[in-house]
Amino acid sequence: MIHGLASTLAEKIIARASGRGQVRPGETLVCRVDLAMIHDSGGPRRVAPKLAQIGAQVWDAERVVVVSDHFTPAADAESARILKLTRDWVRETGAAHFYDMQGICHVVLPEHGHLWPGMFAAGGDSHSTTGGAFGCFMAGYGATDMAGVLASGEVWITTPETLQLWIGGALAPGVSAKDLMLHLCASLGTDHNGQVIEYAGPALAEMSISERMVLTNMAAELGADTALIAPDARTMAALRATGREPPEALRGTDAQIFARWRSDADAPAARAEVDAGALAPQVAAPHSPANSDAVGACAGAAIHQAYIGACVGAKLDDLHMAAAVLRGRRVARDCRLLIAPASARTTSQAAADGTLATLTQAGAILLPSGCGACAGLGAGLLADGEICISTTNRNFRGRMGSPNAEVYLASPYTVAASAVAGCIADPRPLLAERGVARPVAGAA
Amino acid sequence: MRVSGRAWVFGDSIDTDVLMPGAYMKLPAAERARHCLESIAPDFAASVQRGDVVVGGANFGMGSSREQAAEALLTLGVGAVLARSFARIFQRNCLNLGLPALVCEDAGEIVQSAQLEVDVAEGWVRVQGGARWPCRPLPDFLVRMVQSGGLIPHLQQAQRARNVAQENA
Ligand code: SF4
Repeated sequence: MIHGLASTLAEKIIARASGRGQVRPGETLVCRVDLAMIHDSGGPRRVAPKLAQIGAQVWDAERVVVVSDHFTPAADAESARILKLTRDWVRETGAAHFYDMQGICHVVLPEHGHLWPGMFAAGGDSHSTTGGAFGCFMAGYGATDMAGVLASGEVWITTPETLQLWIGGALAPGVSAKDLMLHLCASLGTDHNGQVIEYAGPALAEMSISERMVLTNMAAELGADTALIAPDARTMAALRATGREPPEALRGTDAQIFARWRSDADAPAARAEVDAGALAPQVAAPHSPANSDAVGACAGAAIHQAYIGACVGAKLDDLHMAAAVLRGRRVARDCRLLIAPASARTTSQAAADGTLATLTQAGAILLPSGCGACAGLGAGLLADGEICISTTNRNFRGRMGSPNAEVYLASPYTVAASAVAGCIADPRPLLAERGVARPVAGAA
Repeated sequence: MRVSGRAWVFGDSIDTDVLMPGAYMKLPAAERARHCLESIAPDFAASVQRGDVVVGGANFGMGSSREQAAEALLTLGVGAVLARSFARIFQRNCLNLGLPALVCEDAGEIVQSAQLEVDVAEGWVRVQGGARWPCRPLPDFLVRMVQSGGLIPHLQQAQRARNVAQENA
């Protein structure tokens, strides 16, 4: 072990996973994987033939999590075939953890306590960066990479440089982590390949776990290798509430975990700063998250559909934000509001606390949990010439149905306010009428 | 390892939904590939020749992790991809499938339909009878992996070695 040299959180996790004392940005090395996540779309149907080609079995069934979320529930016979194939593969391989139609992988994983600080995880999906909200180094990989992980328990990576992003100030009422990320897509650009973004600062400390997950999720839109947030008391409270234990080697008291899994103060890293307090709600115009600007820039633009869905934008906090706007109001005529809660647990929690009733009384149509329209696979797709405002994370051409449709991205507040107005609208006046003085998203 | 063919030049931030639209993901690979890049280059899939080189700008292959984006290029016979920079997962997917994907800071100098020669191991690209630009070299083991056809053949070799070791144990 080399002593006395400062390391970032990412470097500490990669050093442990690669069995080195210390690693430096740019080093390409092989890491042992603590957990591998695959889903129905990129998972068994793509990796099983590759595993057979290699002639290998799953290296450790206990460390494999399979989530069916992209094709759920089956909308046609081909989707049904893919879901059945996934179930059969889980049975045959004995993969220990399977969530079939329980929600979107990036939400289901932490909900069920699979991610812990210090872990090195591999996810077969580009938004696997979300796991960084729990101090876990989790990047996204394609199907061949995941076949390699499942066969060997190992993956090659090039150690990223760390970009420490300090989030100063405090978010104003009606402004959320989603607005911050859309703003960053425009201001920092979407080409952060070779970097891991480590978020810190007072605005972050105040954010709920759900809001932190938005920051790490959309690090994928910044083009970063992945993102990290050092664990704090809120992280540990959320994880311990899941009832699952961390892997043996990563156990400890909260204090031990905080001391072990953080960047050293003098570790070499790039730095950037953003003032959360200066932000207005943001909207990304078609066809890139980087086309973001304050909502005023496109307020009044016509919409046909408002969509509240996806891993990034339909968690319980997100539904609470939408409900804060929609309570006692109605979705505009000629506009449809579709809501696909991010997980089965989200749905049951929102049913229990009355949120679902608020949403449906406003005229929202509830859709099944899963990737749905976000993946261009499920219900809620767009026709030629249709315009949608959406809480999802990507508005690339053709992603949500017709290549001639247009998708705007925004926060749940802004999407709900737009559904009420029938055109793109600033949520703050609607929230102010209600005297919502603080962001609704506060609970963990 | 040398690749030669015509250049197909694209701009910055070409995403994987453009490379392989989600709507076609359920089709078999060969049919899927016919829709590769159709929204910005409708004649690409029908006209691209074996060995041709796709040349992107910055952040080529951004977006979802779908390997079908890299696979579509391979299926159509593309011999190499050069770009000013790549989205990480897309570049990994290319290399893992045995499709050379090299960072070339001067990719912007290459014009549509130029006849190119690319040396993957040495890391350069040359325009027929013209300029030659450096590409960022890959680590040796990645060059070997690409040469052996990608990660799967590479792991096959490792698995065979393990089996032999077990038999001898
Ligand atoms: S909800 Fe959308 S962004 Fe999230 S995993 Fe599913 S397809 Fe990807």
